[in-house]
Amino acid sequence: MKISKAAKVFLYLMMGFGFSFIYVPLLLVVINSFNTNTSFAWPPTGFTTSWWGKAVVNEGVKDAITRSAVVALFATTIALFLGSLAAAAISRYKFFGRDTISLLFVLPIALPGIVTGIALNNVFTNFLGELTIFTIIVGHATFCIVVVFNNVAARYRRLGANLEEASMDLGANRFTTYRLVTFPLLRSALLAGALLSFALSFDEIIVTTFTAGAGQATLPIWIFQNLFRPNQAPIVNVVAAALILISIIPIYLSQRLTQEKSN
Amino acid sequence: MRDLLNKRAGARAATLISLPLLWLVVLYIGSLFALFITSIWQIDTFTSKIVREFTLQNFIDVFTDRAYFNVTIRTLFVAICVTIICAVIAIPMAFFIARVAKEKSRPVLIALLITPLWASYLVKIYAWRTMFYPEKGFINWLISPIGLSSPGFGIFAVIIGLTYLWLPYMILPIYAGMEKLPTSILDASSDLGAKSARTFFSVILPITWPAIIAGSIFTFSLSMGDYITVQILGGTFQMLGNVVYQNFSLNLPFAAAVALIPVIIMMVYLSSIRKTGALDNL
Repeated sequence: MKISKAAKVFLYLMMGFGFSFIYVPLLLVVINSFNTNTSFAWPPTGFTTSWWGKAVVNEGVKDAITRSAVVALFATTIALFLGSLAAAAISRYKFFGRDTISLLFVLPIALPGIVTGIALNNVFTNFLGELTIFTIIVGHATFCIVVVFNNVAARYRRLGANLEEASMDLGANRFTTYRLVTFPLLRSALLAGALLSFALSFDEIIVTTFTAGAGQATLPIWIFQNLFRPNQAPIVNVVAAALILISIIPIYLSQRLTQEKSN
Repeated sequence: MRDLLNKRAGARAATLISLPLLWLVVLYIGSLFALFITSIWQIDTFTSKIVREFTLQNFIDVFTDRAYFNVTIRTLFVAICVTIICAVIAIPMAFFIARVAKEKSRPVLIALLITPLWASYLVKIYAWRTMFYPEKGFINWLISPIGLSSPGFGIFAVIIGLTYLWLPYMILPIYAGMEKLPTSILDASSDLGAKSARTFFSVILPITWPAIIAGSIFTFSLSMGDYITVQILGGTFQMLGNVVYQNFSLNLPFAAAVALIPVIIMMVYLSSIRKTGALDNL
């Protein structure tokens, strides 16, 4: 395809604009975390690493990170199990109500988080009496299932059923076929789904606000609670900068996954 | 597939689907249902406790009060703006990466685009708070030499913040759609004399439409339910989510009635796009 010079210039301009739109704010947060000025004033007044030192020993931050990690781990485990079961059923069988069910599996992410949040809060407080870390996990698992389901179902669609049929024609039973043929083919989709689901859970704040009990602050909730406290602002900024830097890890992992796929 | 011929296939499908379905139907749909039952109840105005007596007053309040109508329109306006801006930024970028950039640099460019997806929601909004800060923020510093000042917190900051948050959700499906475009069709279009713009509007856009719609589900729905970005970047500006949040602890039946608005809008949207095949592009 030929692309005119004007169109090419336009595309390059849009790339430049898009990338600066994406990166300038993030860069600003990282730079501000070394700013001696405690307000959001730009340009920075001086360089200091003392906020980083203070954030590392902050008990509230440590506590919140641990809780977020535990929640994300459990929610992802539940989602991997239930999401891959559902994807197998919907992708490999035809049954009554299948289309309705596959629409149902989009709802937890298609409906606004605040609706899911207050609906779950209403049920939890009425039936369980109080909110705990367990209710956060249940709330998160509900939308994490969708993420795993989407990833695995997309993989099933792309694979087709030929390999599994061949395996069973050659005498392998269903379990052996799944273990030796289906699972290895699904593995990278499962990993990608798990990664995305972990990241979503770790970052979720809206459903969490309504499913977390008092004193059960996850990291996003901790950030939100401290955002408007002037004396905590530099520490919030350090946490934010650290999260930006840490986010390189899942990107690296997902890159590795796509490379594995193409090889 | 030979499973279709097998009588036990139904039983196997049922076994596989039962657990996930139990979770979603009993817990999720059940909770949603319970919430909307609550919306036809009322509260004791003195104790704020729910009284289980039928009333349509909540809905009458929501649908007759001009203030809630305005909030709904404002929320829709923000969600539509965010979706359009996301698409306008995402389409050229996705096209460039999928079609113009060298194959070698593609994974790097995609990785650079996905980065903000992994950065935390609050961190991103926090970043825009420092950008928009009136009088001392980055935007103010940037545009003050030409005599302008930062718009500060309000609807504009909310739209930009939400666009920033949901942009990757728009880029990824569109990129996947652009990657699948057959080169032969694009070549045919330019061989037949179409200019770049014509090829884009008559060939590329119609083919990638389902992917764009798939992206819009996220940008639209996520914008419509948001209240935290609005709290951080909106100043005094309010959306439906804020109304729900404010009423949630004092008057749950009313909050539930308000929450039904985005649900209805989303349901209408989802069922109207089902035929475009967008749901398979998620």
